[in-house]
Amino acid sequence: MKENEQNNYISCKNGNPASIDGLVMSERARRIRRGGGMLMHLFLLLITASSAIAVLFIFFYIGRDAIPFFQSRGFVEFFSKNNWYPSSENARFGALAIFYGSGIVALASILIAVPVGVAASVCLSDILSFKARQIAKPIIEILAAIPSVAYGFFALVLLAPMMQNMGGLLLAVVTTVFLAPVTLIVLILFSDIASSKFRPTLRRHMRIALMIGGGVMGIIALFALFSKLAAIQITSGTNALNVSIILAIMALPTIVSVAEDALQAAGSGLREGSYAMGATRAETMIRVVIPAASSGICAAVILGFMRAIGETMVVWMASGNAAQIPQPWYNLLEPVRTLTATIAGDMGEADHITGADRYHVLFAMGLCLLVISFVLNLLSEWAVMRSRKKMRGE
Amino acid sequence: MKMLRKVCLTLLAGMFLAVPFASADETELVIDGSTTVGPISKAFAEYFMEENPGVNVTVSESGSGNGIKSLINGACDIGQASRWMKEGEFKAAVENGVFPVAHVVGLDGLAPVVHPANPVGNLTLDEIRDIYAGEIRNWNEVGGPNMGIVKVSRDTNSGTYGVWQDVVMRGKDISADAEYVGSNGAIRARVQNTRGAIGYVGLGFVDRTVKGVSVEGIEPTPVNTATGRYPIARPLYMFTNGYPELGSALHRFVTIHMTPVGQSLVESIGFVPQTQY
Repeated sequence: MKENEQNNYISCKNGNPASIDGLVMSERARRIRRGGGMLMHLFLLLITASSAIAVLFIFFYIGRDAIPFFQSRGFVEFFSKNNWYPSSENARFGALAIFYGSGIVALASILIAVPVGVAASVCLSDILSFKARQIAKPIIEILAAIPSVAYGFFALVLLAPMMQNMGGLLLAVVTTVFLAPVTLIVLILFSDIASSKFRPTLRRHMRIALMIGGGVMGIIALFALFSKLAAIQITSGTNALNVSIILAIMALPTIVSVAEDALQAAGSGLREGSYAMGATRAETMIRVVIPAASSGICAAVILGFMRAIGETMVVWMASGNAAQIPQPWYNLLEPVRTLTATIAGDMGEADHITGADRYHVLFAMGLCLLVISFVLNLLSEWAVMRSRKKMRGE
Repeated sequence: MKMLRKVCLTLLAGMFLAVPFASADETELVIDGSTTVGPISKAFAEYFMEENPGVNVTVSESGSGNGIKSLINGACDIGQASRWMKEGEFKAAVENGVFPVAHVVGLDGLAPVVHPANPVGNLTLDEIRDIYAGEIRNWNEVGGPNMGIVKVSRDTNSGTYGVWQDVVMRGKDISADAEYVGSNGAIRARVQNTRGAIGYVGLGFVDRTVKGVSVEGIEPTPVNTATGRYPIARPLYMFTNGYPELGSALHRFVTIHMTPVGQSLVESIGFVPQTQY
């Protein structure tokens, strides 16, 4: 080391007489530095690549253990039959109901989470004051930090008995509370639009008449819905609806934070432009900002969907795990079974020595999940890219 | 200095003297097989190693079939199994010079359980089978109130599920709308807060939060199970090669279940000990 320094010093003195000591590096020092830089580059590249390589390895290893299943059982039974008896004497691996379960639970949770999430993100980005937002956003993000087993426990021990004991009434109250304001808004819009067809002198009276008529009809409709829902008996509280509600809560922080980013990215210029044209705040939000941020919101929805389809603990604990397609198919009050829960639940004793198919079928399911989330990820990436391009005005 | 040397030498001599003694007493017991019997073996092993510090007991759980296979190959001292040996396995064993002897260490009895408010207190085996097969869908078909039946089953991996399949279902499939949960405790939790539910748990898990249902008029109690009157039960086996030499570590191990400690260990894991008092 010492020699090295001395060498440098000497070469500095001799090789480049015009240089001032310490400011200009010798050829050798420069080479060392460049080499070190390259080494560092290589190291960082390796670290970055390792996560990409890990993904490839996951695909490879899951695929390797999934292929024997398809080789021995083919594709038809797995994807199209509806009988899941992996451990019986004559094992059957028809997983259609399980694919259905994963799909319906994710879809229902998205149907709940998207309206709430988008409304919340609009509220956060454009309606709340800066101070209120600083408080509200972290609170929403806390939802993401709660461990999923805690959600599952809540769903199993609190929500499920609650649904069983007063399920119909609960459904009726929640639906009415959500639907009442929606009905009111629709009513006002409808009577505004309908009354504008009349002569100006009649308009005012027509509007009031329409409002009263529509209001009475709306109240009757809501009441009918309420009494119908209240009459429902939920026999099992661990069902698709229970899980969907919990998954919706779990997907909310993802949806809110991505959608809010997209709305923020729409920029104040766009909003001010809209205001300058005479638009109200509601018109600006609905006609200008949300369409401008639609790709970002789309990405938020896809990410939320992925969160819901990949969740395991909650569905294993609270979905009932019955491998069936309920009658009718949109009946959310029946227990269902998802891909993730099946992998978690059947993993225990399935080993490749005693039951080869039973073991490999779980990998086949894992592969399907991987492909689904891979495709969804690409879709959301594409949506984000498109929204960026749009923002840049390309 | 001299003193130190003396101490060193004494220690060294002591070590040499101690080694033969230690190796004479040190034995290894290898146990392999059923995941159902596994917890019993593990509890026994823990207790046994405390009592006999020189003996090392290893317990693996690779399934009844594998346990019996390794006993035949001489890879283990005890093959634990939740079923009797098959004819082919016996043949292979005798050809290999292994003569299996069965030790029944406990009984695995399952009780159907319902919500405490459910008035149904007795079911026949056929009724239980038809309920799980989805042919009986309402409690009023078996003398209960007009209420849909929610069937709760253990996950398909468990030994408990295996007994249920063998003794109750007898070849019929559990219907697709049955719910599956991961443990005896989870079944109890589901049943105690679902009015229409029926589930099945190991006898040790029946408590006052759920109601155990009599089968064919016989209450699911440990005594009824040990005497063989209660139908949903099976013996749990440990197989050894011949009867172990009396007094050997192996002999002491496979007779633990006859001691009061062994019986309470079996009971604490949720199985029925082989006692009739």
